[in-house]
Amino acid sequence: MPAPDASSRTRKVNRLGLTPSDYKGKPSTLCKGCGHDAISSQLIRAFFESDVRPHQVAKLSGIGCSSKTPAYFLNHSHGFNAVHGRMPSVATGAVLANRRLVAVGVSGDGDTASIGIGQFVHLVRRNLPLIYIVENNGVYGLTKGQFSATADENAALRSGEVNRLPNIDLCGMAIELGATYVARSFAGDPKQLVALLRGALAHNGTAVIDILSPCVTFNNHAGSTKSYTWGKDNEEPIHILDFVPAMDQIEVEYEEGTDQEVQLHDGSWVRLRKLERGYDPTDRRAAQELVLEANEKNLFLTGLLYLDTSKRTFLDSLELCDEPLALLSEDQLRPPPEVLDEVVASYR
Amino acid sequence: MSNKTALAEEAAPSEIESEPERIVNDLAIQVATVNGSGSQSSNLVLLRALFRMGIPVGGKNLFPSNIAGLPTWFTIRANRDGWVARKRNVDYLVALNPQTAVRDVESLSPGSAVVYEESLRLERRRDDLVFYPAPFQELAAEVTREVRLRKLLANMIYVGLLGELLSIEVEEIFGAIDSQFRSKKAAVELNRRAVEIGIRHARENLVKRDPFTLERMDRNRGKILIDGNAAAGLGAMFGGASVATWYPITPSSSVVEQLTGFLKRYRKGPDGKATYAVVQAEDELAAVGMALAAGWAGARAMTATSGPGISLMSEFVGLGYYAEIPLVIWNIQRVGPSTGLPTRTAQGDILSTYLLSHGDTKHVCLLPASTHECFEFGWKAFDLAERLQTPVFVLSDLDLGMNIWATEPFEYPDRPMDRGKVLTREDLERLGGTFQRYADVDGDAIPYRTLPGTEHPGAAYFTRGSGHDESAEYTESEEAYVRIMTRLDRKFETAREMVPPPVVDQAEPVSPLGIIGFGSSDPAIEEARTRLRDEAAIEMDYLRPRALPFCPSVLDFITARQRVVVLDQNRDGQLLQLLRAEYGDRIPPGVLRSLRHYSGHPMDAQTIVDYVTEMEIGAA
Repeated sequence: MPAPDASSRTRKVNRLGLTPSDYKGKPSTLCKGCGHDAISSQLIRAFFESDVRPHQVAKLSGIGCSSKTPAYFLNHSHGFNAVHGRMPSVATGAVLANRRLVAVGVSGDGDTASIGIGQFVHLVRRNLPLIYIVENNGVYGLTKGQFSATADENAALRSGEVNRLPNIDLCGMAIELGATYVARSFAGDPKQLVALLRGALAHNGTAVIDILSPCVTFNNHAGSTKSYTWGKDNEEPIHILDFVPAMDQIEVEYEEGTDQEVQLHDGSWVRLRKLERGYDPTDRRAAQELVLEANEKNLFLTGLLYLDTSKRTFLDSLELCDEPLALLSEDQLRPPPEVLDEVVASYR
Repeated sequence: MSNKTALAEEAAPSEIESEPERIVNDLAIQVATVNGSGSQSSNLVLLRALFRMGIPVGGKNLFPSNIAGLPTWFTIRANRDGWVARKRNVDYLVALNPQTAVRDVESLSPGSAVVYEESLRLERRRDDLVFYPAPFQELAAEVTREVRLRKLLANMIYVGLLGELLSIEVEEIFGAIDSQFRSKKAAVELNRRAVEIGIRHARENLVKRDPFTLERMDRNRGKILIDGNAAAGLGAMFGGASVATWYPITPSSSVVEQLTGFLKRYRKGPDGKATYAVVQAEDELAAVGMALAAGWAGARAMTATSGPGISLMSEFVGLGYYAEIPLVIWNIQRVGPSTGLPTRTAQGDILSTYLLSHGDTKHVCLLPASTHECFEFGWKAFDLAERLQTPVFVLSDLDLGMNIWATEPFEYPDRPMDRGKVLTREDLERLGGTFQRYADVDGDAIPYRTLPGTEHPGAAYFTRGSGHDESAEYTESEEAYVRIMTRLDRKFETAREMVPPPVVDQAEPVSPLGIIGFGSSDPAIEEARTRLRDEAAIEMDYLRPRALPFCPSVLDFITARQRVVVLDQNRDGQLLQLLRAEYGDRIPPGVLRSLRHYSGHPMDAQTIVDYVTEMEIGAA
């Protein structure tokens, strides 16, 4: 049985000979202590530990505090900070043009759950290979603290204003719409987050990771349900999750009946040490029930909520050639003159 | 069955009783039916039969925004001189729609002919027309017992009736049926039989009393019949389109639909896999977002839409302009504002498309005037977009895009693809790894770019719609903003040199009178010029811009003349406004005259002739 990838966590260089600093970005311009910066750090770690070639990565985002962050990790990857709520379409276009890109999209709760919810819905439905990160803080930071659609009902702003509308649960939506890798995590839980990110990197399909990422300026006060304190006090992991790369598999003993392992597309594994819930993330109905329960009881359940490695991706549906469309030669793109003659003749 | 003698007497007023002159190969046939009744096949057969007889011909469908039940009119114009723009007067009406028959008949000019369902009793309505009644359903019942088919085949009956009345060669009608129904043998047989029954009925029951007739010519050798959207799709395939993302909207849907048909057939690799991706997006925002990012990542990316979609694409287009990303957008214009008349034609988006998005934006727009140019610009637009690293629009319209035109066969691209300034890994190694995304290295204001996935540590840069400097770094520095915006302005000047120049046709020495018009106005302008020359001895020079920004020759054309008519198919004279904005005081006052046509109908020559004639009388 595979064991956790313990060795790489302590390595100074990865298998590509790169150091963690080769995965760094520009200095962040976000507020000190922002949850988003913690997530950027874990992205750097996950990409480093998973030996991802930086030039193969495309970082996509919309607009908002979260969408600025692709500038703060992976300097040697192309980045595209697009328009508000439209990261999914931009990611789709980039991946269609070059299917070899490792696409990571960063969005926020305003970007995804309000202005961009249509694009989110359709992206998930298509199962485009993409890591879709939602840096979820329940407020609009850049416009100074308005509620977003993921703010919990009855949560209060620092000003005292109370949110009277129910929240949109993006994980619940993603499962409903057919996402194949759905996780919830916390910016204050780096160990779990790195494992989830590495699992997402190994997954072929849309991986939605909704991460509670407290806004230290506008939504970190008592009464907020998106604060560090609330997260720390309320986080309930549904399992202890380890990512096991294909190459690190060694036999270890584990207690029968407490673990579950699922193999991902690249041969690596996610290993789930079950906690008291005994939860199976490959069971879609169970996943939906879990999300419902969490919402009803206001529980902050984190971990890999749902995983389906059998569904075909959008690229499979389109029957795209293996070579990236962007790299096709003129011979492959422009049919010969005989084809024009043939088509023209059909219009006579 | 109608009584041939009695009716002929009833409908024979004195002015057409006398020996009518023969009018050969010059008429407009209008078929008035109910949308969804299946008349389109019959109309295409009729059109193609005339085409196969070598007569210049064009077909226009005037249809409602409806699937079934509302009136629709298909007009075929055959003209020995090659004029196939809309003709205001209909010479031959096929009246099958009870909803509109009376009004259709009332709108005809004296001497016109009406082929109609006899139960409509239209012969009572006018005494200056020639009436040809026929019991369509009864005749169709002779073809088949199946009620559903009978309705469809009633349409083919009128093809037979017109065939006999207008001397259309039967073999060419049959040939057109073969090509319309291709391999469907049973359909070919039934339709041929319906045509034969129509012919027989006309021979046995109708007396030819109108002057119109058709005769074989040789004007279509080598030509094809095609709609502009098919030509656009075909051109795009030969332009190497690799990502096409779209959202259905009339009248542009058939651009990507027909492109998809071509791609499926001709753009599969040896392993049978697609060398293209076509995605029907969830809306136009997603369609343009996908295309823009595909262009960013190195694909030849396009989308096609119409007015409402253009409005939705506005924000992304501004990003494409500012972040300098290649992309081709077809705008098949229809009547606005808002939903407008979604199935009618206009040139109402030229101003908004040219300046689409907030802030200072302006875009290269190509203006095809024929199916030939739809094909040509279909592939050239990609070269321009990638060379200039900017969204390039192609502004067609419903008349050009959805109607059927005869054209010379398309010419295979005469040059290799221009993939623009893209730095590869090898280029970066040679440059020592230094690369500034938005620096003007060559002095043409066009920077260099790299594609995501380029294996070099110096290849990456960060694309953003926010303020950036030459290194693509975020900045709010006013100097950097001004530098970048000024360079973009200079890049537009580079574009001016690269876009297709205007087509100028002028007398020697030049006439004091000129006309400027673009796109689907072209056939009407050319017809009007000939008629003005022949009928009123008025020489009118013609400049047809084929792109925005304007080339310098546009100003030269204007300033060399005393009166220049600017023809717009929109209410506000948008082309006129663009000329005024571009040239301002350099155009002497009073030179530009604005002719605006915005009924939703395709442009016709008579409107131009009337306007110019009146203007010239005033000038004299």
